[in-house]
Amino acid sequence: MSAPTPPRSEFVGGLYAVAPLALGSIPFGLIYGVLAVKAGLSPELAIAVSAIVFAGSAQFMITQLVTAGTPGLLIVVSVMTINLRHALYSADLARKLAHLSPAWKSILAYLLTDEAYAATLARFADPAPAPHRHWHLLGAGLGLWLVWQASSVAGVLLGGRIPAGWSLEFAGTLTFIAIVVPLLRDRAILVAMATAGLVAVAAHAFPYKLAVIAAAAAGIAAGLALDPRGVR
Amino acid sequence: MSLWVVMLAAGVMTFVIRLSFIGTAGRFDASPWFARALRFVPAAALSALVWPDLVVIDGALALAQPRLVAGLVAAGVAWRSRNILLTIGCGMLSLWLMQWLQVFM
Repeated sequence: MSAPTPPRSEFVGGLYAVAPLALGSIPFGLIYGVLAVKAGLSPELAIAVSAIVFAGSAQFMITQLVTAGTPGLLIVVSVMTINLRHALYSADLARKLAHLSPAWKSILAYLLTDEAYAATLARFADPAPAPHRHWHLLGAGLGLWLVWQASSVAGVLLGGRIPAGWSLEFAGTLTFIAIVVPLLRDRAILVAMATAGLVAVAAHAFPYKLAVIAAAAAGIAAGLALDPRGVR
Repeated sequence: MSLWVVMLAAGVMTFVIRLSFIGTAGRFDASPWFARALRFVPAAALSALVWPDLVVIDGALALAQPRLVAGLVAAGVAWRSRNILLTIGCGMLSLWLMQWLQVFM
């Protein structure tokens, strides 16, 4: 029986695990920063949002909603809608982190992004006892956090210098396409996506991008109705 | 409401979502119904964001336009490669090429 991996090794392991994902996030941080400035956020606020919200796709959506003049409450509801998937990660990790103090749980929850969750999946799936593996999640979460903050600051500084003719805001749309296409795994998801898209286009004249929330709700309902696992 | 307050609220709610099950560890499990609904959330929400960007110009439906073509190219690349950066690169290049050649003008 070998001794459990010490905290420092777990932490460094987490940094290594997240490194490729963190590198991949650099262009998105840059693009976010550029779009946030173009949307009219002050540089200070644009940078602060990366630390306050710390969620890439939600931050891209924020830039779109602010550009459209969406009221604050709707922005908050839209961010919640798009970040709801993090509740799944939270549910998955809950038992494995149950022994930690509230402070530890809060820090790890703040750092719980798509990337950190993906990077630590393998470590948390290992059945061998590992009392310090929350340090692994801390390393992955903190590594991504630092890279994300640095790249969005760089994007904000670049923001004003990119001409409008480059249509860079379209990069936000393309990011969503790149994330959503691989989600197409079965017919129910396809129907959910098609329904949401149709409703969003049909309702595009609704003020303040309200169509997004209506369309997401319609898509989720359609998907549930067709779920191959049936309604329980 | 100032945008700072809005962003703080969005951040707090994101944190609450992430803390949800971790913070109440062991006392609640995600109900199967809730987990099934969550599965559709990212697909539906992102699709709702993408389509109007591809087919609506200045509040009017417009199918013959470079963004729809560039978006479909990007979707094809995303399907084949599963690579986010390659998808963005191919989509932007198609858009710029069509704008430069003035394909839809």
